[in-house]
Amino acid sequence: MNDLSISVQSRGQAAVVHVAGEVDMHRSPQLRDRLHMLDTKKVTRVVIDLSEVPYMDSSGIATLVEAMQKYKRADTALTLASLQPRVKAVVEIARLDQIFDLAGSVDEALEE
Amino acid sequence: MNEHNGCAKVEMTLPSDPQLLCVVRVAAERMATRVGFDEQQVEQIGLAVNEALANVIEHGYEGATDCPMEIVLVDVDSPEHGMGLRIAVRDRGRQVDPTVIRSRELNEVRPGGLGVHIIRTVMDDVEYVRRSDGGMEMTMTKWVVP
Repeated sequence: MNDLSISVQSRGQAAVVHVAGEVDMHRSPQLRDRLHMLDTKKVTRVVIDLSEVPYMDSSGIATLVEAMQKYKRADTALTLASLQPRVKAVVEIARLDQIFDLAGSVDEALEE
Repeated sequence: MNEHNGCAKVEMTLPSDPQLLCVVRVAAERMATRVGFDEQQVEQIGLAVNEALANVIEHGYEGATDCPMEIVLVDVDSPEHGMGLRIAVRDRGRQVDPTVIRSRELNEVRPGGLGVHIIRTVMDDVEYVRRSDGGMEMTMTKWVVP
C-alpha cells in the first residue's frame, strides 16, 4: 500500500502542509508524526491542505484534533483547507465542523 | 429480515492488519452499490466497515496485526424495510459487555473514541454480542430507504 505524500511549504508566517492520499488507521501515524515534527515556533498558523485527500476515517480526524490542541498550546492556529465532500462529511458526523477552522482553499485560509 | 433468492453473500477472513482496511472498505462499497444505495450511503457504509474493523484491531486485539477477523456482507430483503445490506464483523479478541459499547460524549473535544459514534450515526441497526466460542460479533444493517 502506498504511503501518504506529505510536504510542507512556508508561506510568510504560515506553514502549509499538503497531504495526498487516503488517511486511515494505517496511514494516520505518518501524518501524526509529521504534524508533531512541525516547528510551530516560527509560524502563527498551520494550514493543512486536504484537497488531495479523498478519504479520512476517525483515526485521521483524531490526528487533526490532536494537532489542533498541540498547536493551540503554542498559540499557533490550525486551519483545514479544501476538504473534499467525503472528508467534510466525516468531520460533520464527528460534530467537529464548528470546532475546526475550515477554509475553502489554502489562499482563503492565508487571508484570515 | 431474510436473505432472499438471488442474494449475494461475500465472506472474507483477513488478519488484523490496518493495511487491509481499505480492501474490505472497497468490497463493502461495491456490494452497497450493487444493492442500490446512493453515493453518499455507499460512502457511509464503507466508513462504518472501516471503523468496525479498526475498533477490532485497536480494542479487541490491542494493535496486534496477525489475529483473525471475519467479515460477512449479505444483501437482505425485509417486508418492513425493503432492500438493505447486513454486515457482520467477527473476531477472537477480548470480550466486553455489549451494553458498555456506546458513543462517547462529543462535547468533550479530544482525539479518539469516535468510531462507535460514526457507526451508530450512519447505520440503521447495530448490535454487539459476545460469541459463545470467544471474541465478539458485531452486526450492522443499513436500509436503502431508512
